Amino acid sequence: MDLDYSQFLSMSHEVSLVVVLIVLLLADLLIKNKKAFQYLAIAAFALHTVAGFYSYTDLAGDAFAGMYVSGAAQSFVKNILNVGTLIVFFFSFEWNNNENKSGVGEFFFLTLSTLIGMYFMVSAGDFLFFYIGLETASIPMAALVAMNKKGTEGAEAAAKYILTASFSSGVMLFGISLIYGACGSLYFDEVQAAFTNITALHIFALVCFIAGVGFKISLVPFHFWTADTYQGAPTGITAYLSVISKGAAVFAFMCILYKAFANEPDVWQNILWWLIVITITIGNLFAIRQKNLKRFLAFSSISQAGYIMLGVFASSQTGMSSTIYYILIYMFTNLAAFGIISAIENKTGKVGMDDYNGLYSTNPKLAFAMTLAMFSLGGIPPFAGFFSKFFIFAAVAEHGDYLLVFLALLNTIISLYYYLLVVKAMFINKSDSPIETIKIDAMSRVALLVCVVAILVIGFISSIYMNIYEISFGFAN
Amino acid sequence: MNILSAFVVVLLVMLVAVFLIPGEKKNAIRWTMAAGSMVILGLAGYLVWNFLAQREAGATDKFLFADSTVWYEGVINISYSVGVDGVSVAMIMLSAIVVITGVFASWAVEDKAKEYFLWFIMLSIGVFGFFISVDLFTMFLFYEVALIPMYLLIGVWGSGDKEYAAMKLTLMLMGGSAFLMVGIFGIYYFSAEDGGALTFNLEEIAANAAMPIEWQRVFFPLTFVGFGVLGAMFPFHTWSPDGHASAPTAVSMLHAGVLMKLGGYGCFRVAMTLMPEACKEQAWIFIVLTGISVVYGAFSACVQNDLKYINAYSSVSHCGLVLFALLMMNQTAMTGAILQMLSHGLMTALFFALIGMIYGQTHTRDIRYLGGLMQVMPFLCVCYVIAGMASLGLPGLSGFVAEMTIFVGSFAHEDLFHRVLVIGGCTSIVITAVYILRVVGKILFGPLYKIEKVGDQYNYVSEHHGEVHHYPLRDAIWYEKIATIGLIVSIAIIGLYPVWISDMISESLEAVAAMLN
Repeated sequence: MDLDYSQFLSMSHEVSLVVVLIVLLLADLLIKNKKAFQYLAIAAFALHTVAGFYSYTDLAGDAFAGMYVSGAAQSFVKNILNVGTLIVFFFSFEWNNNENKSGVGEFFFLTLSTLIGMYFMVSAGDFLFFYIGLETASIPMAALVAMNKKGTEGAEAAAKYILTASFSSGVMLFGISLIYGACGSLYFDEVQAAFTNITALHIFALVCFIAGVGFKISLVPFHFWTADTYQGAPTGITAYLSVISKGAAVFAFMCILYKAFANEPDVWQNILWWLIVITITIGNLFAIRQKNLKRFLAFSSISQAGYIMLGVFASSQTGMSSTIYYILIYMFTNLAAFGIISAIENKTGKVGMDDYNGLYSTNPKLAFAMTLAMFSLGGIPPFAGFFSKFFIFAAVAEHGDYLLVFLALLNTIISLYYYLLVVKAMFINKSDSPIETIKIDAMSRVALLVCVVAILVIGFISSIYMNIYEISFGFAN
Repeated sequence: MNILSAFVVVLLVMLVAVFLIPGEKKNAIRWTMAAGSMVILGLAGYLVWNFLAQREAGATDKFLFADSTVWYEGVINISYSVGVDGVSVAMIMLSAIVVITGVFASWAVEDKAKEYFLWFIMLSIGVFGFFISVDLFTMFLFYEVALIPMYLLIGVWGSGDKEYAAMKLTLMLMGGSAFLMVGIFGIYYFSAEDGGALTFNLEEIAANAAMPIEWQRVFFPLTFVGFGVLGAMFPFHTWSPDGHASAPTAVSMLHAGVLMKLGGYGCFRVAMTLMPEACKEQAWIFIVLTGISVVYGAFSACVQNDLKYINAYSSVSHCGLVLFALLMMNQTAMTGAILQMLSHGLMTALFFALIGMIYGQTHTRDIRYLGGLMQVMPFLCVCYVIAGMASLGLPGLSGFVAEMTIFVGSFAHEDLFHRVLVIGGCTSIVITAVYILRVVGKILFGPLYKIEKVGDQYNYVSEHHGEVHHYPLRDAIWYEKIATIGLIVSIAIIGLYPVWISDMISESLEAVAAMLN
């Protein structure tokens, strides 16, 4: 049978990204000037991002006999990932110019390779395709993490990342093979039909699969790599890991749970219930004691992952839409925080929380933006984080589990405590040697402005959430 | 534009205006604040007048000036809905008075004045937004908007152990709102019979009355405690003394005067009105708890030495009385509760303003080290005596009107349980007299203590780590006089001619009281 080439049309995101990749690969050979290359790379990727928005409604369809599925929801998530990656590129501009000793071309090429892996995960209609995407997204990431050549932390971070990534892949592959053994297929819709009359085999397969994905999303107790990797990686990559990578994995995970395992939701909901409670609590408790802001945000992002999973737990159209919405807002918020940290780190090399004492007196604008990010992460209105938290809790409440809502809400109090610690450092604490007044580069400033505006306005524009609800395909479809 | 939305809009304009003025031009910022809060006060006065006129003309809707715009729909139904009844009008008037007097009491803030006023406006937006909302979501949103500025206002501009107090206050109040949020979800998802459109609108929820009693039993205590934390209900009151003691003057005023009223108002408007059956069942638990607040707060105030702590515990006692009276669930007692909110809001704001003005000169609030101030600053001291008299319920001032109504209404219950608790609550009046007179006698009258007279100038002499400081003392200056006189006039108006306001409140409570009885 001849290959039907028209099916590549529904893969427009992937195709366009591959084109960008090839262009960058060639350009890397020709352009030796770091700045010029970065402008080209960012421009090319920005073009790809914009193009993504124009193609997203009429693209429903699948390819490769259903291994690849694309619809409005997938396209939307890919667009979110694109925007996030673009912001990361903006924030990394300065670092790439001055600090990156491993090659700027490699930075872009590897990042975009992981991004294409994430596209595959998001659009997977089959466990194998999902796995391919996951590996494509993980392996280049290890190289990216190691790009920080200062000291040995980068190497340690990369080693931890690659070891846990391969271990978790092993566990997950084992789970996938058991699923195949139990259900006789790897397509999500066929698994859905076969995944009934639960036996121990089914449950074991599911547990292995969830454990494998749990590593990627850094759910407790699969989170041990997170803090060290976040700390050792270049800050831009840390931001990328904590937001883009996590967002893609959560969405793909949600699609699989909602589709392949839709007939037995109780089984995985019970597992998720405990995972969520433990993840949020442990993440929060460990975040309290962190003194390095990158480690601090690592634990904060662990607990945020728990909150995101609340939407997955809800198993409904509302659950899906609130998850996507949470990812969207979490992306802007966390990127703002990382952007500020990376800007200050690039100029002064300081990342300790104590270094931020008295930041407001020297850099009021940065301190203000950081405060917004912290308030938004903590879910304080009227900032965007409040809306995303409210809607994700509403999804769980709609599901009927008020106890889980209550536990998660109690945890927001703990999280508020440590987010306020950062605010306290900047506004209240006095310092003999505060960070001097710094002027951050234009690229970071633009990206930061975008993030701040997003934090301030997204919640008020109700059409965003309502549209996401429209395109969410919900449970068991 | 709807007059209710105008409150929020004016405040937003003030926010932008102050944001645009450079930080060095402190006077420009102050006068912008003064002008803005004058507009707010004017709007509030116009609102009261117009509200009364409409009721006079026979408007029977529960909420007047109602306006609604759909915000979110489909996935979740949220609208920006505003409307006021007599209770909210009274609260808006109170907020407007406290805000403008707060601005004048903050006139002397020099350190980062711009940021201070920005957070101050933020807090006011939350307060006004809360009182005008009839949509539970926007109500909750404004509620939290009002809470978070407290952290920075206390943490940056406060005194004493401010970092601890700010964190404690913020976390406890946010903890309360965690309870509250669960309650709100419960109310929303039970807001209509199966298949009906869910809604956050208070009026529609009350009309549907769809929540089954077994769920009311879960969500009523969550909601009541959630708001009760802000209403300083025992045992969740511990944030209040520390928070008030450390906060800067105007923030204490606004917080004790207005913000704590959000708690009582919310308990009444959300918890009791929307879940009446559970309220009837469980009221006794909360009556006991708030009864403890009333008496325990008063006793604690008797043994404190810091003026602000005395007043903070007195607030616990008086705000406890608000919830206590609401839970008596008859029209008279509930009217008294709302009057008590007004009265307490005004007099506690006056107290905190005066304490701040005295502390600004003496640099101590410890009553053991103060004495004879009446000779030195007669204006402030006379005001202090008036506030004290209002607080202990002297006829002719607002405190008497409120407490009289409360106890008369509460005593209408004929069973032993209520009678005993009401008599217990009444003792707080006596204890109030003890701590008020103790302060008045100790620091205002009596011989000069630690104060020296050099020529015509009085100086406060304090020793700190072996260093001797001489702080010059003076009486109130113009902006301090505006703040105090404004509050005293309001207290006296309520005290001397309470009928129009109690009628306005009582009318709005009729339906609720009938439902709860």
